[in-house]
Amino acid sequence: MVDGIMDSTIVQGFIQAIELIVTGNPEVVEITIRSLYISLSATLIAGLIALPLGALIYFKEFRGKQALVNILQTLFAMPTVIIGLFVFLMLSRSGPFGFLDLLFTPGGMVIAQTILIIPLIMGLTVSALSSIDREMRYTIISLGASSLQSIVTVIKESRFAIMSVILLGFGRAISEVGTVMIVGGNIRGFTRVLTTAIALNTSMGNFPFSIALGIILLTVALGVNIVLSVVQRR
Amino acid sequence: MIIEAHDITKEYGDQRVLDGVSLAVEEGEVLGIIGPSGSGKSTFLRILDLIEAPTSGELSLFGEDVLSMQNRWLEIRRRMGMLFQKPIVFNASVYDNVAMGMRYRSENRAEIDRRVQETLEAVGLSRYIKSSARDLSGGEQQRVALSRVIVTEPEILFLDEPTANLDPASTATIEEMVLRLNRERGTTIVVNTHDMLQGQRLSQRVGVMIAGDIMQVGKPKEVFNNPANLQIARFVGVDNILSGRVASAEPGGLTVIEVQGNRLEVAEPPPDGKGRAVKVVFRGEDVTIGVGETATTSARNVFSGSITGIESTAPFVGVTVDCGFPVTALVTARSADSMDLEAGKEVWVSFKASALHLIAEEQDGGDER
Repeated sequence: MVDGIMDSTIVQGFIQAIELIVTGNPEVVEITIRSLYISLSATLIAGLIALPLGALIYFKEFRGKQALVNILQTLFAMPTVIIGLFVFLMLSRSGPFGFLDLLFTPGGMVIAQTILIIPLIMGLTVSALSSIDREMRYTIISLGASSLQSIVTVIKESRFAIMSVILLGFGRAISEVGTVMIVGGNIRGFTRVLTTAIALNTSMGNFPFSIALGIILLTVALGVNIVLSVVQRR
Repeated sequence: MIIEAHDITKEYGDQRVLDGVSLAVEEGEVLGIIGPSGSGKSTFLRILDLIEAPTSGELSLFGEDVLSMQNRWLEIRRRMGMLFQKPIVFNASVYDNVAMGMRYRSENRAEIDRRVQETLEAVGLSRYIKSSARDLSGGEQQRVALSRVIVTEPEILFLDEPTANLDPASTATIEEMVLRLNRERGTTIVVNTHDMLQGQRLSQRVGVMIAGDIMQVGKPKEVFNNPANLQIARFVGVDNILSGRVASAEPGGLTVIEVQGNRLEVAEPPPDGKGRAVKVVFRGEDVTIGVGETATTSARNVFSGSITGIESTAPFVGVTVDCGFPVTALVTARSADSMDLEAGKEVWVSFKASALHLIAEEQDGGDER
């Protein structure tokens, strides 16, 4: 009996979810757009900061380079709620950046996700550039490239690997729930995004809505993966 | 001298890769550096091409002392070019690959266009000009890499084992291009190779690098026939290395060496050295082998013995004969057949006093095997 109820709940949920998506339910659309907007912004900003820093780490020889790369790799797995807590404390009224009034705003969420994925993009950029082997670097230098020209050539040569890095960063940003829940506060119509909406609606028993958003989130993730595999085949 | 390296050393951590290398290269010369892998040849070329700085030493390129002015390295490096062992192409079209060096030098587009097409035609790749360089075979990629270097019209060209992994046809194309470059443009060429025949084919002089030092430089024939020490002798494939003692020596005449109770006559004075112990070295090609009556020959050294081993090293056969001391002769497979050479057969061997070369015993140090 219980199985029957569950079955019908899931089936019903799916049918209603498809309806919500197909009819373009305003709240579903609004949450989706906000999610994309926040995570794309975070990816863009993180990319602008982390790619050059990653390249710098790769090109410069310095003491503790390997240790730094190890730390970055550890941060890949940093729990999102800890980043959320950290950014919350920074942005809260009494925190050092409280004056910016960014807590519980989309701007604050962009900052939180940016911080979350910077180590990932930096660390993976170093790995992506490391796929350029030594002989190729020698070739570039011996062809008469200036320092700037060799950096540009190396980055151009690893362009597909770097695109994969950016896509992975975006994937982590859009699918995480910890930082946006803590820093954004899941305010309806203002800071509610796909992941936080799924969490809330599920706890309220509003399964069709959760399933609809889940399908969209999965579709985005799937899209990222398809682009990623196309890029990696190049 | 277009290149003058003096006492160059290079250390990576506590590993010493180059140990006081000195070498001078004349303008317009083709110089081969031969030596086993891991002897430091590649590192040395990278230092000459200003890709890496040496740990210590002096280096002059185009008559300028370059180590003291790193700020001008780019400018000097742009007058040189280097081709590496592994074919390296960038993920771009063949055209863009070949144009790279010229673009770095900000040459104008029409000139790039003209020279890239001309060069690709010369290496037989013009039909691939728009193809992705990654889709080409290894030999074709190496030709792209060579084109990429020569369009920049270097005054000095460094080649680091340029044909090590290539098919014979690509190897021939590359060798031909290199020699043409030297002949027509007077490009100075320094080529690393572990292939002694290639070293001989390409170079006017060869240097032998062993264990981080260039131990001998000279005409290929000189190095192959008169190796300066045992390590070189072994590397250049001298088949006979015998231990002996100087028995007598006439000034300006023959030296007699006693080898296990036999007397060998050598047409050179004993080497400088403290002891009378020497090594007698000579190549298997210089040994004549025969059956039956000992032929009347002008060769000073004639011995008889029985064959102890026959080893085929096509197109030759190495025949080892025990004459109280082992002697290896290289003969053609055909003459080995016609003489019915086989283990146990009694034969005689002869070799001229002038084919023998003496090396002082202590030069080899602890490297006795």
